[in-house]
Amino acid sequence: MSIDWKTYDPTPFYDELIAQRGRPRPAAKVLTDYLAGLDDEEIRARKKAAELAIIEMGISFTVYSEGENIDRAWPFDIVPRIIPLSEWRGIERGLTQRLKALNLFIEDLYNAQRIVRDKVLPEYVLAQSKNFREQCRGFSPPLGVWAHICGSDLVRDGDGTIYVLEDNLRVPSGVSYMIENRHVTKRVFPELFENTSILPVDEYPAQLFDMLAALSPRPQDYPTVVVLTPGIFNSAYFEHSYLAQRMGAQLVEGADLVVGEDDCVYMRTIDGLEQVDVIYRRIDDEFIDPEAFRPDSMLGVPGLMRAWRAGKVAIANAPGAGVADDKVVYAFVPDMIRYYLDEEPIIPNVPTWLCADKKSREHVIANLEHLVVKPANESGGYGMLVGPHSTKKQRTEFARLIRKDPRNYIAQPTLALSVAPTLCDEGLEPRHIDLRPFILQGVRTDVTPGGLTRVAMRRGSLVVNSSQGGGSKDTWIVDEEN
Amino acid sequence: MLSRVAERLYWMARYIERAENSARMVIAYHQLSLDMPRNTQLSWKGLVDVSGMEELFEERYQREDDRNCVKFLVADTWNPGSILSSLRSARENVRTTRDLIPTEGWEVVNELYLFARDNIDQGIAKRGRHEFLSEIVQRCQTLTGLMAGCMSHDAAYDFIRLGHNIERADMTTRQIDIGAERLLERRDETPEPYDGLLWTSILRSQSAFQMYRQHVKRRVGGPDVVRYLMQDGDFPRSVAYALSRSATALARLPRNEVPLRLAMEARRHVLDADVAKLIAKDGLHEFMDRLQQEIGTLHEAIATHWFPHAEAA
Repeated sequence: MSIDWKTYDPTPFYDELIAQRGRPRPAAKVLTDYLAGLDDEEIRARKKAAELAIIEMGISFTVYSEGENIDRAWPFDIVPRIIPLSEWRGIERGLTQRLKALNLFIEDLYNAQRIVRDKVLPEYVLAQSKNFREQCRGFSPPLGVWAHICGSDLVRDGDGTIYVLEDNLRVPSGVSYMIENRHVTKRVFPELFENTSILPVDEYPAQLFDMLAALSPRPQDYPTVVVLTPGIFNSAYFEHSYLAQRMGAQLVEGADLVVGEDDCVYMRTIDGLEQVDVIYRRIDDEFIDPEAFRPDSMLGVPGLMRAWRAGKVAIANAPGAGVADDKVVYAFVPDMIRYYLDEEPIIPNVPTWLCADKKSREHVIANLEHLVVKPANESGGYGMLVGPHSTKKQRTEFARLIRKDPRNYIAQPTLALSVAPTLCDEGLEPRHIDLRPFILQGVRTDVTPGGLTRVAMRRGSLVVNSSQGGGSKDTWIVDEEN
Repeated sequence: MLSRVAERLYWMARYIERAENSARMVIAYHQLSLDMPRNTQLSWKGLVDVSGMEELFEERYQREDDRNCVKFLVADTWNPGSILSSLRSARENVRTTRDLIPTEGWEVVNELYLFARDNIDQGIAKRGRHEFLSEIVQRCQTLTGLMAGCMSHDAAYDFIRLGHNIERADMTTRQIDIGAERLLERRDETPEPYDGLLWTSILRSQSAFQMYRQHVKRRVGGPDVVRYLMQDGDFPRSVAYALSRSATALARLPRNEVPLRLAMEARRHVLDADVAKLIAKDGLHEFMDRLQQEIGTLHEAIATHWFPHAEAA
């Protein structure tokens, strides 16, 4: 299994570490040389060490199986993915620009709706948006920020261009794995950190806490910040408890909170009721308040929306922020950037056909075998059609679905997603990857240096979601000048 | 600290303590059964009575033999107090409080439950029973030690201590009540030479034999054993000791007036009891019964004071 870069061949794809067979990219040279110097046994030992570290550190995600939920060890590939700092600076600016525009958009949508009046966003998009919340109309949260935490998925196409594939503005997850991946890599390859200057990723929980604390409606030094989780059965529970722990915040469930007559939110503690200032919620809008949304929700807190609108508590992300987390709205983000910021988008969107448009729809249906079709409001890679990997039956079914509810579907060309060398049973092989950086917007905007690189572990697969067999890699932003 | 979390930690500790105590008790009884002469009938049902689950047992089993009783206490998932059920409940409680106890704590509990589940047949069979149960005791101790040594002794820890000690006090009173009381009643029927063995077994159920020998320095016998298990001020599994440790934990918690007073009262009643007199006048059972109720009331007070209920905002 020892590594010979001369036999590693990523063609026809863009490889993140290798420019062409036998020639690493400059930022990756230290790593590739190092790996080539390890023999079989050493590589196996590193892999084993990583697996052990993951189990010891209790990094897991939850899957449902046989009616019991089980923590699975996080699938991790030891070979890091590398992005040169010079390229990263541009991406960082692009992500900051994008989230700024998205927040202006959400604020506009719940208030004046200028963008609709000026016909930049067609009225039907708003009218049929599933995540637009009437309950938020006419409200403006502190700083005008709705989406405080955003996880945008980036992909690189065959020619090396980076695109934004989607923006996750509801309850994006994965950041804990980004941090833990680094801890594992430090244990496995400590030598490499001596000779390469890699941007640290540990700051995130502190930045998150500062951002959240600054939202506190009560001006004070130590606001009470809580993480609201749907509970142990949620697949991201590990992350909820991880972030709470790292921030020194309380991890609460809906039943721990209560809204008082005074519209303040309190948590039930052994000292009695204690006021809560900021809620980092990891529960979808529809479930946060049975009084305002789904009355059958057992996860939420009755009266929470009332407290939020009264300005007695801050909620991140704000209820209703998901309106911009819609694959149809996504298609308009470049226009938003021009409209609100009067700037050109720094990171392009993947070209997108909106099935609501008649001409596009016919084009999409005629070319299903070449396209990726996605429902507008799903996440986790569910309910999509990957044209080149589909059967005739699936395509017929999707044509029917699209005609039935055109607003709910978009299509994009199948990108030749970039690959990165990944340690598989057969040795080092190219596997498709994407990248989810996390962006925090509060008083200031912070972008994680890198993000979570997700890997489609199966050969040829493009699906990187952990719920569907994806794994992950540590992501290095490498400063080549130092 | 969240009320929900306090409740989960308290119960986690109680379940771990319950599993450990049950394991010790079955080990002790198992040893005893091997020593007793063939013609003596040793009733395993006594163990079921200690657990307070006689009704459930009778519903589920026909015969009160060794195998059924041990199965009920060790492996029966219908019995919420069985070792396996207790460990499962402890694990569920830790899963949801992982952010508060040391990371290794979760690993120990998780592995402990999986070990018990995967090797449960060993616990029921006569061969392997001792190893299996000893392993359970050891791993429970590992967890307790880990929390004592690696966790801030804050409110979270106080609720854990409380859970351990209330469960201990509860279990020891049951063992004295059922075990000793029966033994004292049946004194005439049991052949004299085995008396000592039976009392020893009761001590062993609390791992108290060695400490008893060191501190009491007398032949193992009725009133001394009861007095030791109830009133000894230094033995960590005596009722008085468990109650005073509960009081120490309670004293550190907010809004503690009622539960603290109840714990102190119960402790005082235990220390004031004249054991020899109670035994001589057949008053031991009645006394233990009252003490059980006091511990129950104490638990209730803890629950209403600190655990989540429909508390008006």
